[in-house]
Amino acid sequence: MSYLPHTADDVRRMFETIRLSGGPGDMESLFSGIPSECRLKRPLKIPVALDEMELESHIRELAGRNSSPASAVCFLGGGAYDHFVPAVVDQLAARGEFFTSYTPYQAEASQGNLQVYFEYQSLMTTLTGMEVSNMSLYDGASAAAEAVLMALSVTPRKKVVLSASAHPEYRQVVETYLANLGVETVIAACPSGVLQPQDLVQVVDDQTACVLLQQPNFFGCIEQLSALTKVAHAAGALAVVAVDPVSLGLLKRPGDCGADIVVAEGQGLGNHLAYGGPYLGILACRESFVRRMPGRLTGQTLDRRGNRCWVLTLQTREQHIRREKATSNVCTNQGLLALRSSIHLAVLGPQGLREVAESCLAKASYAHRRLLDGQRLSARFDQPFFKEFVVRDPQSRPNELVAELLSAGYLAGVPLGRWYPELDDCLLVAVTERRTRAEIDGLALAINSLFVSSSPSHHNNHAKHSVHQSAF
Amino acid sequence: MRNTQSTNLLSELSRPGRRGARVGALDVPAVDVVAAIPAHARADAPPALPELSELDIVRHYTNLSTLNMSVDSHFYPLGSCTMKYNPKRNERLAALPGMLDVHPYQPESSLQGMLEMLWNLQGIFAEIAGLDAVSLQPAAGAQGELTALLVAAAYFRDRGEVRSNVLVPTSAHGTNPASAVMAGFKAIGIESDAEGMVDMVDLRSKIDAQTAVLMITNPNTLGLFERNIVEIARLVHEAGGLIYLDGANMNAILGAARPGDFGADMMHYNPHKTFSGPHGGGGPGAGPIAVRAMLEPFLPTPRVVRHEGGFSLDFNHPKSIGRVRSFFGNVGVLLRAYAYIRTLGADGLADVSRYAVLNANYLLALLRDLLPVPYSKGCLHEFVGSAMEMKSRSGISAMDLAKRLLDYGFHAPTVYFPITVREAVMIEPTETESRETLDAFADAIRTIIGEPTELVQAAPHTAAVNRPDEVQAAKSQRLAWSAAP
Repeated sequence: MSYLPHTADDVRRMFETIRLSGGPGDMESLFSGIPSECRLKRPLKIPVALDEMELESHIRELAGRNSSPASAVCFLGGGAYDHFVPAVVDQLAARGEFFTSYTPYQAEASQGNLQVYFEYQSLMTTLTGMEVSNMSLYDGASAAAEAVLMALSVTPRKKVVLSASAHPEYRQVVETYLANLGVETVIAACPSGVLQPQDLVQVVDDQTACVLLQQPNFFGCIEQLSALTKVAHAAGALAVVAVDPVSLGLLKRPGDCGADIVVAEGQGLGNHLAYGGPYLGILACRESFVRRMPGRLTGQTLDRRGNRCWVLTLQTREQHIRREKATSNVCTNQGLLALRSSIHLAVLGPQGLREVAESCLAKASYAHRRLLDGQRLSARFDQPFFKEFVVRDPQSRPNELVAELLSAGYLAGVPLGRWYPELDDCLLVAVTERRTRAEIDGLALAINSLFVSSSPSHHNNHAKHSVHQSAF
Repeated sequence: MRNTQSTNLLSELSRPGRRGARVGALDVPAVDVVAAIPAHARADAPPALPELSELDIVRHYTNLSTLNMSVDSHFYPLGSCTMKYNPKRNERLAALPGMLDVHPYQPESSLQGMLEMLWNLQGIFAEIAGLDAVSLQPAAGAQGELTALLVAAAYFRDRGEVRSNVLVPTSAHGTNPASAVMAGFKAIGIESDAEGMVDMVDLRSKIDAQTAVLMITNPNTLGLFERNIVEIARLVHEAGGLIYLDGANMNAILGAARPGDFGADMMHYNPHKTFSGPHGGGGPGAGPIAVRAMLEPFLPTPRVVRHEGGFSLDFNHPKSIGRVRSFFGNVGVLLRAYAYIRTLGADGLADVSRYAVLNANYLLALLRDLLPVPYSKGCLHEFVGSAMEMKSRSGISAMDLAKRLLDYGFHAPTVYFPITVREAVMIEPTETESRETLDAFADAIRTIIGEPTELVQAAPHTAAVNRPDEVQAAKSQRLAWSAAP
């Protein structure tokens, strides 16, 4: 099965036509341009072909061995969140005219997509309080790396400061991108769970091109963003700020807090978790940097008949024109995800975004209180938070705790020791608007029952029972 | 039939107080926002997003979608983009909750099916490449290039070698030289010879002790297999350099030739091209890379490994370049590629390339008298014709032809790329198109060439817009619906 339309008669007649024009006359000679020593002389060793029913069974069997909302309640965050995706997002984005089209090089054949991207850019500038947004990048982390490269391109400085409270994987990606570019990276420590402005003062200097900040930060805590960007600006450095777009229903926009370049992971705006991707890299900045921006831009113009329309613009920044002098190697954007996030924001509107953010805040606050009510966990940071918080397990067994809670039906949190050895007794817990009071109570109960008894099997059953009850 | 009211901008359709979604009542105590969020971080009001009803939104996007051409609706012979059919069965499978609603930080024990699928795919990609190890992390072909070049840099650093140059044929995709510079190398152009192949004289003159990597697209952008690829690889390897294969054109050689067998040390795939991932209006793609064993220690982490108890993520590679992306990668795109490959099997994949090449040669036979192909009698998966003759005879340029084809219901081929061919018209039909479609496309081109020049130059006549003013767009820089906030 290769989705081929060719009949035997088609093939015969096609080869006749090809032969008449002086081309190859059979299948084998189609490949005569490949030197014999380069030919593969055996079949590929890959698994046998499956018909549609067999394929469906195979993939369903694989999917059945992954926990999903049916089998576990998700309190995981760390940059990817279980926010609700309205059906209208899935239904509209599945239209083949969006799904199976490509980069709008032919503007007349792509006005739908181009208007979507123009609206996406507009929505992102409104959301972030910046002046210009591109058509999207791969994910929040590579957007952060591209933003840092942008900052390095507008100043001759060769040092970058990364807040330890910024997503550790974003920092890793930034460091990977900078590996061979002769740039020094410095991590600004955050022992209190946020970056203190006076600590940032200690590490920025007149060689610092930019500071990477995150709001709310990786621990869920709310940073003093305006004070931090002031510190960066006082040293002549740019402030690159990673934000959670959902938080902007409640929090001040980064553009109103002094950010020069804003990046974000757009997953939470209408995109499914999908084990990490595809996601959406948001990048917006001040207008003065537009010619240093990576990625594609859509601009408004008029056509020959005077109609308003849209085209790809400022392409002289890009690799297909500028080659080695381009601002970035980025070619494709995440068009479909940009579409989804646009639909999502349109569905929410300002009030809906506010309500989602308020719901996250209320449920996370409730969960924080409930989880700390019990005997097992304690608070780690004393900071205001939005929808995520760090708890400490004084028994120092967060990985075992996570495993035990999984068998009780909960994806309870992300152990932090992998990135922060000093926090190897800690869990990062996220609570979105989708979590119910019963689910939160169930998690708290399961944690306490694990603490009370050393016999997990008995209490797992108990906890499972309570989840079951909560569903009805 | 067009509904022009619904395709006004979202900002123009917005009415204060209109609602789409509503979030249900809280089942936990409400929180006093003023007490919970410090004043320095608290917004006075939410961002001024548009306010619409759900039907406003459905009608807006439904009508916008009809202003696009797409594979589902039109023949889309966009050269170098491999616009093949995107199977519907893959979509239903990718939407299974056990695939779609899976968090990237779940414990490995709750991901065994996912990890098994990804482990299988690592092995399949290694086999198709003829290489040893695979990273599924890069999010797109361009990021795959960057990743592989960072791997190469780490490899040379580990060996104590300093090599500063990446050689890139001038016919290559622009991402190649851009990636080289991002990875810290200098990009050195290599000329093409009269047949569009790498100019061996120029190549020999530029290979030296500074050569780190030669990036090569094979089959090349003209749809031709680099005749001297074995010799090219030998020269680069003798100088201590590595060969990188840009896998954009893998649709031509699946099961017919493997990059690792013809000298490549590393390569990327474009699963959204070769393995039927939908292009989504310009992404998401994915850019998995395959490398030879000596480069494996430097690949990004994590990768999936198999052990007695099942599958797990392996982070333990001290020489790894690190990460190029958060989380695991563009898993949704990889899953569709896996479903596609499992549907086809070895014979089916080989058939993909056979019939892609057959379709391209058939279309070439139908069109070569109209759009002469400077370099060759045959081709692999695509070919590049020139509209030069047509232009000097009638004034109809490659761009005019492209725009007029839209009126006939065909997406335009890629035009003006590669720059090595004047008035280039780059056509890649893919294997999933029928003979009737190819015939109709060729007939349309023949008809257009016979049409009055003014008619063609004024095209498209049936599209919603006609030749947007690109100069004005760049000058006015109107990139959002309102001025600065």
